[in-house]
Amino acid sequence: MNEGKVRISSGCAIAGIIDRKREMFSGTDIIESIAVMHERSNGLGGGFAAYGIYPGYEDCYALHIFFDDKGARQKTEDFLNCNLKVGMTEAMPLRKVKTVKKPPQIWRYFVRAKEQKLMEAGMSEDEFMVQAVMKINKTIKGAYVFSSGKNMGVFKAVAYPEDAGEFYRLDEYKGYLWTAHGRFPTNTPGWWGGAHPFNLLDWSVVHNGEISSYDANRRFIEMYEYECTLQTDTEVITYIFDFLIRKNNLSIEKAAAVVAPPLWEQIAEKDQKNREKLRRLRGTYGSLLLNGPFSIILSASNGMMALNDRIKLRSLVAAEEGSRLYVASEEAAIRRVAREKLERIWAPRGGEPVIALLEGADDIFLKQDEAN
Amino acid sequence: MGINLVMQEYEVLRNEAKCIGCKICVNQCANNVHRWDEDWQMIISDDKYCVNCHRCVVFCPTGALSIRKNANDFTFNANWENRHIKNIYRQAQSGGVLLTGMGNDRPYPVYWDKMVLNASQVTNPSIDPLREPIELKVFLGRKSALNEKDEVFKDDIFPWLELDLPVMFSAMSFGSVSLNVHKALARAAETMGTYWNAGEGGVHADLKKSMNHTIVQVASGRFGVNPAMLKEAAAVEIKIGQGAKPGIGGHLPGEKVGQEVADTRMIPVGSDAISPAPHHDIYSIEDLKQLIFAIKEATDYKKPVAVKVAAVHNIAAIASGIARAGADIIVIDGFRGGTGAAPQAIRDNVGIPIEFALAAVDQRLREEGIRNEVSIVVAGSIRNSSDIVKAVALGADAVYIGTAALIALGCHMCQKCYTGKCNWGIATQDPKLVKRLNPEIGARKLVNLLTAWQHEIKEMLGGMGINAIESLRGNRLMLRGIGLNKKELEILGIKAAGE
Repeated sequence: MNEGKVRISSGCAIAGIIDRKREMFSGTDIIESIAVMHERSNGLGGGFAAYGIYPGYEDCYALHIFFDDKGARQKTEDFLNCNLKVGMTEAMPLRKVKTVKKPPQIWRYFVRAKEQKLMEAGMSEDEFMVQAVMKINKTIKGAYVFSSGKNMGVFKAVAYPEDAGEFYRLDEYKGYLWTAHGRFPTNTPGWWGGAHPFNLLDWSVVHNGEISSYDANRRFIEMYEYECTLQTDTEVITYIFDFLIRKNNLSIEKAAAVVAPPLWEQIAEKDQKNREKLRRLRGTYGSLLLNGPFSIILSASNGMMALNDRIKLRSLVAAEEGSRLYVASEEAAIRRVAREKLERIWAPRGGEPVIALLEGADDIFLKQDEAN
Repeated sequence: MGINLVMQEYEVLRNEAKCIGCKICVNQCANNVHRWDEDWQMIISDDKYCVNCHRCVVFCPTGALSIRKNANDFTFNANWENRHIKNIYRQAQSGGVLLTGMGNDRPYPVYWDKMVLNASQVTNPSIDPLREPIELKVFLGRKSALNEKDEVFKDDIFPWLELDLPVMFSAMSFGSVSLNVHKALARAAETMGTYWNAGEGGVHADLKKSMNHTIVQVASGRFGVNPAMLKEAAAVEIKIGQGAKPGIGGHLPGEKVGQEVADTRMIPVGSDAISPAPHHDIYSIEDLKQLIFAIKEATDYKKPVAVKVAAVHNIAAIASGIARAGADIIVIDGFRGGTGAAPQAIRDNVGIPIEFALAAVDQRLREEGIRNEVSIVVAGSIRNSSDIVKAVALGADAVYIGTAALIALGCHMCQKCYTGKCNWGIATQDPKLVKRLNPEIGARKLVNLLTAWQHEIKEMLGGMGINAIESLRGNRLMLRGIGLNKKELEILGIKAAGE
């Protein structure tokens, strides 16, 4: 049974590395980092998100798609050609790895929306792409778009993460921000789409934990034209951040205060202005509070944020070293790949976001109106 | 009219060996069941007046009294149950509508009892409320989308009610219940950080200091409504209907309208207080909108406005209309909701269960994308803490309790509220009976009840791995149905146990 038909909970490992000066580095570091936490996954899901990997195609949405068969690919390509300007198209470059079994067909397409279609739909290009991706995933059987951002990509498999990294030849890519996920599902899904990270536009989320508020979150976010087809926590978390930051224009800090708000007794201790703000924020978006244990890394083109649930029921460690910032489920995963002496290493408190943005960026998500 | 064919409902059994003739039962019974017979030098009981309120049983110092259902049944007939036969005797005698009190007592399915809750095991830790905070704070009112640039973080954009736990005391008017009941409810609401609803009869002058914990009602009779009351109250509730008697109004008989009730309701002493079935200025949804905004104007847009309706067949569409008419809170009262007086035929046959109404309304408002713009409060037989947890999981923001609060004050559910002879000092205006209920002690019992429920709710939430009540709201995955058919599961929006 695939994700979407059944809800599968999992324990996990997560890791993220960003260079805030945009210095590029290969996927080797993140693979080594997540490999240290081998014990935290069980070979049933591993994946990576990488930012800055498609220079030369920065303006295009890079679609990474799994196909069960040729027919699904044909139908998808018909859909793409009808709605989008399709540029470079290729089968994903892969390496044979013994432990990565029965891969689907994996292709990537660099696309933009057709102006005419945009006019007809009356939406921004981002919104148009979201709708297009959701349409493919919902209506074309055997096709699943698992990455759709610009100058970034998600690479995932039903495998240990280090094997998935090898399989996707991530050592050959260079990026300024990498995240990784190793999965330990309590069920045995054989479906590649269910692995993490989850991606929407530039957003990608890796997550360790099980959200006890899932159905409250899902039923709220589905009021705002999102459809949770996978029934995974990561999917709903991604939509929540997209809703708060991209659609409602809230800052990353406020979005963090929505999903992992301070306790009421902590809010009561703040000065009046902050008290009012937090009260309003929590009162308004209470249904988006993520309850239960989690540690997540949310990334977008301008940076990443690592966040724990507000009573810290999952491990999360952060460290700084020059322009680099590391986060991981375990300290060892950071120490393994640190180049020099770490300047600062700490365990962020529950609900306290660790935000690392690129130099000069004022928010995590490059908002389209501002970009244009 | 000849002999009254209705046999006595109850028998009073007195253990003569235990009875010491202290006459406490004689003094306690307002129905004149017990009397001291000078000739016989003993207490005689006249069973036919007994309403089974247990006042004498509880107060008898030697435990000499017990009440039994009259064992004299009619010949068995599954179709013609006793109650049908007796009701026909009564109506043939009186020619009147059968009156009753409290909520629907018929054996309809109680859907709370057909839903079970989840708990965490292994993959997700349960949370121990003795070690970790579990938060029950709830805000009722309109929640508009916040936007960094619009600076809508100020508090006076849309007014909210802040509840420390998702339970409030439901509307019961002064007149239908005693002033001491109101005093107890008001004090308990203040202590617990929640609200009590004064019902449609206005607020007595003694309770002015509690107005910031008082929700006042504007009902079809408009009793006691004045600008000062609206402005001082925490919120205003427009009462369209009541679960116990959807579609009909109310009638407080003149005998209950003494000086204090008259002053509070702003009507002459001894006059019948009749609430018409509809509001005579509301014949459609657009009229409701006008009343909502008239109240908002009168209160400078500082008070949330609630609209209370009975759960009826088309409740989802009705609720959606109410939300769009500008209400901040929708109160839905299920068909098991209590009342001081209602025609039995209505109470027992009109309306739908609150569980279905809640599930349908919550789902409809979400489908229309407006669920966050209005709060849902449900009433109509919330009996315990698990009913509350299940209601929130189905989608309620908070619940109202009426009957449960009265039981905490001593009500024994005899269903004779409409007689005005409540031996427990609750549904009466007789000064001798009213003083039996001490508002201080009453308030303490209510506080105890809510405190106990608060603990239980926290335990249940913690077990589910949830530490804030908002994460339970509408979280229907936390519920599973037992013994429900497919359609019922579909309406409730929950899975069957084992799924």
